[in-house]
Order: sequence, then C-alpha cells, then structure tokens
Amino acid sequence: VSEGFDPRTERVRLATAGARSGTQAVLSGQSPREVLKSRLFQGFLYLALSFALIGLAALLIDAFVEGQGRLSLNLITNANSNDPAEAGFRTAIIGSLYLILFVILMVVPVGIGASIYLEEYANKERWWNRIIEVNIQNLAAVPSIVYGILGLAFIIRGPLDLGFMLFAGSLTLTLLVLPTVIIASREAIRAVPPSIREGSLALGATQWQTIRRQVLPAAIPGIVTGIILAISRAIGEAAPLLLLGAATFVTFDPQPFNADTGWTALPVQIYQLAVRPQEEIREVAAAGIIVMLVVLLLMNSFAIWLRNRYEQKW
Amino acid sequence: VEARDIGVSSPVGLARRLEAPSRRWGEKAIFAALALCAALSVITTTAIVISLIGPALGFFGEVSPGDFFLKSEWAPAQELFGVLPLVVGTLNVVLWGLLVAVPVGLGAAIYLSEYAHPRVRKVVKPVLEVLAGIPTVAIGFFGVSLVTPLLQDIWPGEFLGGPPGFFNAGAAALCIGLMIVPIISSISEDAMRAVPGGLREGAYAMGATKRRVATRVVFPAALSGIVASIVLAFSRAVGETMIVLLVAGNTPNLTLNPVEPIQAMTAFIGVTATGDIATGTIEYDTVFAVGLLLFAITLVANLISIRLVRKYREVYE
Repeated sequence: VSEGFDPRTERVRLATAGARSGTQAVLSGQSPREVLKSRLFQGFLYLALSFALIGLAALLIDAFVEGQGRLSLNLITNANSNDPAEAGFRTAIIGSLYLILFVILMVVPVGIGASIYLEEYANKERWWNRIIEVNIQNLAAVPSIVYGILGLAFIIRGPLDLGFMLFAGSLTLTLLVLPTVIIASREAIRAVPPSIREGSLALGATQWQTIRRQVLPAAIPGIVTGIILAISRAIGEAAPLLLLGAATFVTFDPQPFNADTGWTALPVQIYQLAVRPQEEIREVAAAGIIVMLVVLLLMNSFAIWLRNRYEQKW
Repeated sequence: VEARDIGVSSPVGLARRLEAPSRRWGEKAIFAALALCAALSVITTTAIVISLIGPALGFFGEVSPGDFFLKSEWAPAQELFGVLPLVVGTLNVVLWGLLVAVPVGLGAAIYLSEYAHPRVRKVVKPVLEVLAGIPTVAIGFFGVSLVTPLLQDIWPGEFLGGPPGFFNAGAAALCIGLMIVPIISSISEDAMRAVPGGLREGAYAMGATKRRVATRVVFPAALSGIVASIVLAFSRAVGETMIVLLVAGNTPNLTLNPVEPIQAMTAFIGVTATGDIATGTIEYDTVFAVGLLLFAITLVANLISIRLVRKYREVYE
C-alpha cells in the first residue's frame, strides 16, 4: 500500500477497509469478549509507545530543568574549574572537536572504500568476503568499552605506542564507528539500481569510472546520512575514552599530538561532574548535557532532512 | 575521431579487440586499496582478540580458571578473583531492563507496523531514532537525577527489602531499558513490515480481527527478526558502561535484587582502567580477563542475532 495520498489508492484503501469490516461483522460474529480483548490490546500498544516517548521527554526536560540555571556563554568559553560557578566546558568542547575532526578524516575514506569493495567488487560466494561481512556486523555490536581496551593495549601501548594523546582517542573512535559507516554506505550503494551501472559499462566506462561518476553521486545522500549518524555516536561516546587517558582534570586547551599534556572530551567531563555529590556541580553536568544534546539534535535533524530532501526513488 | 582510436583498424582488418587496450594498472590499484579498507575490519577484530588474550593468559597463569568462574567473591585488592558477582550484577541490570524493554519495544513495533496511520508513523519513527541517538552518559545522568529519586518515592514499603539506595540496579535497569527500546522496536518493525501483505489479507478474508492478525499471523511470521532484535538488545545492554557506572554503583554484589547496588563487568573495567595503571600487574590483567569474558558473551549473542536476521531476510525479501 502506498503511503502517499493518491486518491485512487485512497479509494482502494477505503473499499478494502469497508469490505474488511463488513466481512468481520458478518463472519466473525465478534463476541463482546473479542471486542474487549481488541480494546485491551490496543490500549497495551498505546501504553508501550507512550512509555518510550514519555521516557525520552522526561530525560530532555530533566536535563533542561536541572541545567537551565547554568546556561550562559561562560559555559562554553570557560575552562573547567574547581569553583562550580566558574566551571565551563571549553577544553572539553575543543577536545571533542579535535576528536571528531580526526575521526571524520579517517572514517570517511576507509568507510566508503570498504563499502564500495563489499558492494561493487566482492564476490559474495567467496568465504573471505563472507567473513568480512559477518565480522563487520559483529564489530557494530562489540561493546564500546572493549574498543577502549583495544585502544589501551594496541594504540596507546603495544605496537603503535602513541601514549595518552588525543589522537589515540580519535583512532579508537574511528574503529568504533567504522562498522556503522560501512553498513549505512553499503545500503546506500545497494539502492542504486544495477541498470545505472550496466548502462555506464556498456558505454565503455571502466568499473572505477562507473563507480566514481555514476554510483557514488547517486549514493552520496545516504552515505552522508550514515556518516552524520556515526559522528553523532562518536560525539556522545564516553566509555572507551575513560580508558584512553581522557579522565584527567584539564584546564588548558588540548594539543592532539602531545601525549603529556592531558585532554578530555565533552561526555567524559559530564561523567566526571555527574558523579560528584554536590548539587551545584551536578547542575554544571546537566548544562553540559544540554549543550551536547543540542549539538546532536541539530546533527540528527540535518541527517533526517538530508535523507528526505535527496532521497531518490528509482 | 580516427578509426584507429576506437580499435577498428587492427592488423587483421575487421576483427575488433574487445579487451582493454592497456593493462589497467590504475583499476587494479584501486581494487587493492578498497580491499584493504574492507580488510581493516578483520584486522580490528584480530587486534581486539590479541590485545585481550595476551594479558588474559597472564592473568590465568596466576589465577586458576576454576577460581575465576566459580568462586563467588570479587575483591581484586584482597586477591579474591571470583567473577560471578560481576556477571550476576550485569545480569541483574540486563534482565530487569529486558523485562521492561521487550514489551515496550514490541508494543511500539506492532503499533508502528500494523496500527499506525502513515502520518503518525512518519512522526513517531524519527522520535524513536532520536531516543536511539541519546548518549548513554545523558541517560545515566537522568537515572541519577530523576529515576532513582522517583523509585525511592514510590517504592511500596519494604517490598524486596526496602526502597532502593542512591546506587541501585533497578533504576539502572529502567535506564538500560529505555536505551534498548529503539533497538527492539526498529528491528522488530522491519521484520514485521517484511511479512508479505498476502498473509494478512488471507487472515482478514477468513474473518480474523486486527488483533488476531497482528498476534497470530504477523508476529509468528516475523519471529526470527523479533528474537534477533531482543538478542541484539541483550548484547548492547551487557556492553553498556556509562549507565551502570553512574546509576548502579561499584559494589560487587551477587544478587538479582533490583534495590541493591551492584558492579557490572563494564563498570569494573571502566573504573579500574581509568588513569595510569601499571602494565604487567595482576590488577592490569584483571581488566583484560573481564574484558575477554565480556567480548565472548557479546560475540555469541551477536552471532545468534546476525543469523536470525539473515533468516527472515531470506524468507521474505
């Protein structure tokens, strides 16, 4: 059934609905019990949905009510401080921006490259390609703190031995969101109909020319949407960063490639403030949550807008 | 364009060559680069396994696996390494969370797939996606600042041993439940919408009511996808760190009682590995032993869920 309001399909829908209710009334001989059960079931469905929606609303309202007293420009221009009236998120926000900048630089080429390989080149009968596929699906659901362990053992110490620098956090977050980007990009690439490729190949374009000039331009809105969603996940992720040295109390701007100066990120500082018992400090944490949620909400709305605006129906 | 350029005049006259005029090294290099990007995912998994197993082996060199899995006291400072309290602590939060999230998520999925008007669906679905995108540290803060006090206020007297304390598993379970509702609802809804309309119409033609079609036809037909969503939600809940760290506390406690404070596996890792712990110590190695156990549990759950999703895709798509 189409979702648009074509009057013809609407008529068909009405006719079907009428026929259905007629049939039901004539054939099922609905007992009062059945009617009651249907009502109860529908009541349960509304209850379930409203639980989720009310939970979300309560979360947003709670953060706003607790933090609105601290909403001011100082909140983003001041560095962290022991005095809750002065404490702000400047260093944490700059830290998060650096983290995300490097994540984007790394995850975009690698994520799109991997999804092009899997959709356009890989022979799905081959066992190694099937392993890559299942492997990516599993990586998408590996707990984020396990990525933190990976970063600690492999990037900060071990083979890469970068030390507790911000860039090590970026590398870890890149690996964390890579599966999300790959899965979304693959769906976007898959949605481009084969006839587009066949037409291009038939005109003598090579496979890469076909991908670059035909497939990628058509798939780019879906790919960008996936990347934005992955980035917004990276912005809110705190658990792996706890293991990567982001937990220190920092009052000066971070240097991404210096392993000795210390750095922090927005969700990590929020966590550190939220565990403190003092009411005034928790207020700062709530204000930080508002800042983070506003950024994420803007990004998500942009992603949804992008998807609706450029979504192509073939 | 000269005829030569399009390959008409070959030495044999009209016989045209259909192969590429060059070896196309560029194309091959691009293929290699793309394959390398895809291979990075396998390298990541290998690196995860290696980085977990090395120190975990060191740990099991000092603590016998029997003690680790069967003893019921966890206090690394006193050299007590029975992991059961951490596992049960995680299960405490996860099981109560699923108890909330499964009916809510499935109810929302059935509503969106079978009952909702397209216009309602168009609004509600993105809202659930927003819920899925809320950082867990924000949900954890919500737990501490609203859910726990609320539970303490409405707790019925001495039920299960009295109102929950500042740290408790019940509030964490509610928050985890809120976090995994969108996972269950979106995957289950996908599975239900993949059920062909003919099945529904057949049931309607036999005089079934809407409720019966939803519960007796669509639900069983989409069952593999529904179970997949629940298993994936389980895996996400087990691996969640910030909520349990903020709301459930850090007291190893072998109990499924939701009013008690507990320590989950992830919370132990998050608390212990914060800051600069020295490599090679037994304390450092416990993080990896618990991490390996966590990775193994989620791996099994993920593989089951991947398999089930593939099953419903094969049947209906």
